[in-house]
Amino acid sequence: MKQKMTKRARRETAIGWALLLPALLFMCVFTVYPVVRSIVLSLTKYKMGMEAPEFIGFANYTRLFGSSTFWKVMRNTVSFALMTVIPSMVIGLLLAMLVNRKGRHIGFIRTAYFYPSVMPMIAIASVWMFIYMAKNGLFDQMLISLGLAPMDVLSNKSTVLPAMAVMYVWRESGYLMVFFLSGLQSINSDVLEAAAIDGATGWKTFRHITLPLLAPTTLFISTIAFTNCFKLADHVIIMTEGAPNNASTLLLYYIYQQGFTNMNYGVSSTLTVIMLVILLIVSVPRFFSQDRKIHYA
Amino acid sequence: MHMKMNRKKAVGVLITLFSIVLGVVWLMPLIWLIGTALTETSFHMTFLPTTPFTLENIKYVWNAVPFGQYYLNTIILVVGTFCIQFVTSTLAAYSLAFFNFKGQALVFIVIFMQIIIPNDVLIIPNFMTLSELGLYDTKLGVMLPFLGSAMAIFLLRQHFKTVPKALGEAAMIDGANLWQTIWRVYMPCAKPAYMSFAVISVSYHWNNYLWPLIVTKSPTNRTLTVGLAIFAKSKEANMQWSNVCAATLIIIAPLLIAFFILQRQFMDSFVSAGVKE
Repeated sequence: MKQKMTKRARRETAIGWALLLPALLFMCVFTVYPVVRSIVLSLTKYKMGMEAPEFIGFANYTRLFGSSTFWKVMRNTVSFALMTVIPSMVIGLLLAMLVNRKGRHIGFIRTAYFYPSVMPMIAIASVWMFIYMAKNGLFDQMLISLGLAPMDVLSNKSTVLPAMAVMYVWRESGYLMVFFLSGLQSINSDVLEAAAIDGATGWKTFRHITLPLLAPTTLFISTIAFTNCFKLADHVIIMTEGAPNNASTLLLYYIYQQGFTNMNYGVSSTLTVIMLVILLIVSVPRFFSQDRKIHYA
Repeated sequence: MHMKMNRKKAVGVLITLFSIVLGVVWLMPLIWLIGTALTETSFHMTFLPTTPFTLENIKYVWNAVPFGQYYLNTIILVVGTFCIQFVTSTLAAYSLAFFNFKGQALVFIVIFMQIIIPNDVLIIPNFMTLSELGLYDTKLGVMLPFLGSAMAIFLLRQHFKTVPKALGEAAMIDGANLWQTIWRVYMPCAKPAYMSFAVISVSYHWNNYLWPLIVTKSPTNRTLTVGLAIFAKSKEANMQWSNVCAATLIIIAPLLIAFFILQRQFMDSFVSAGVKE
């Protein structure tokens, strides 16, 4: 009997692994292996023209940590994240509350808020580049018609990141809206009705009932928002290529630049490892929400 | 009582009005894009077009850039990627939903890794791997990193698990083999999950830019996004906003039209793919 069981278990193991194999193979080669490879290469000197990587310990890390460009890029990346994640979450929640109703226009309104999410970032950047273009662009023309001086926001080191942030918030808010919407819709309506009977009105209901119930959803959305924001590079390639003077260089663009323009694979691998650490940090909420689904029954 | 009702109604109207105004604000870049793409070039950029309607910009761009070829490439990539993901994810999801075996925890770690690490971040090592495989500048090379999809596996697994086990067992007793059971019993039950997965996969690969930029070189493999970026950054496009808008419209139109028709399906898909832990 026991023999038979193990035979069956062995068969089950074999079929189980066989079915998994194709997907697992691709995931291992293009997700697990590159992570390991980045870590290994980050400890080497490896540039174009070199036969093989040369082990140098943590020299890439110490050199980067002593480089002002690296810290500038990190500052840009973090401030871009702060400029975009919080506003797009606040606006996303606002939009979700606006469209969490029934009515004839709701479909149209939801569509209007969400459509940027189905456009490629590259297309969005191409359009917004003209909005932000010096003098002739829509934004500068608006300033001129108001009697103000044109700003040429993309060429100025203090306005280039905020300008990109506005564009990104416009895109991301609608995307986050659908997650907030699903969170709002899963709040039991009995709770809200009970609050209404108890005399709670608009703001009070929102502050003391809706918001606390949305907390797990919000935590989860923040993970999505931060991850999305850190993996951005497309718009930098189109709009500025990091100009002026690296004021708009974000981490992923820096990785791309070090790897494909400077052909410095060692340094770009080191930057990749730093990026992975950041992604791991912003994913921490995922580890805790495994069992607690964001949906309320 | 009556006054309270009136006040509530007035607030409702105000909220509707506010949300419509905000919707128009959100639509402004698209309105400008379409208006500019479909009217004659003007010397001054204006929000609403002042020149007559024309299809010349679209025609010009279509001939100046091999968009026909790029369309074909993108469609091949999107369809090819989805079809292979469809098979690999279905098998893997079935395995994770119904089989219990040693080492499964390890598989979940791999899946989890892919969920928290966006592919774009791994461009450097993946580019090296691809070059070593001799697949640089091939369509297969563009697809390869996406052929095992953690998102799809998770989505399908969740749906497979809701199907009563008796249904699958009945099919097996009737003599159906494993693949037939999956095909006839589980797939039809998981249709919504497949729809979501299709929407996410197609939109992602239609819009993807960084990876195809890095691993393609020749026009026979370039995608629409790469073609648009090259055109938008070329000298000839500089200051030519009507042409860039026309090119942008050409590449966003299919997905945008699909979204306007199937807006509910799109939004639900994005939510179900995001809620994947």
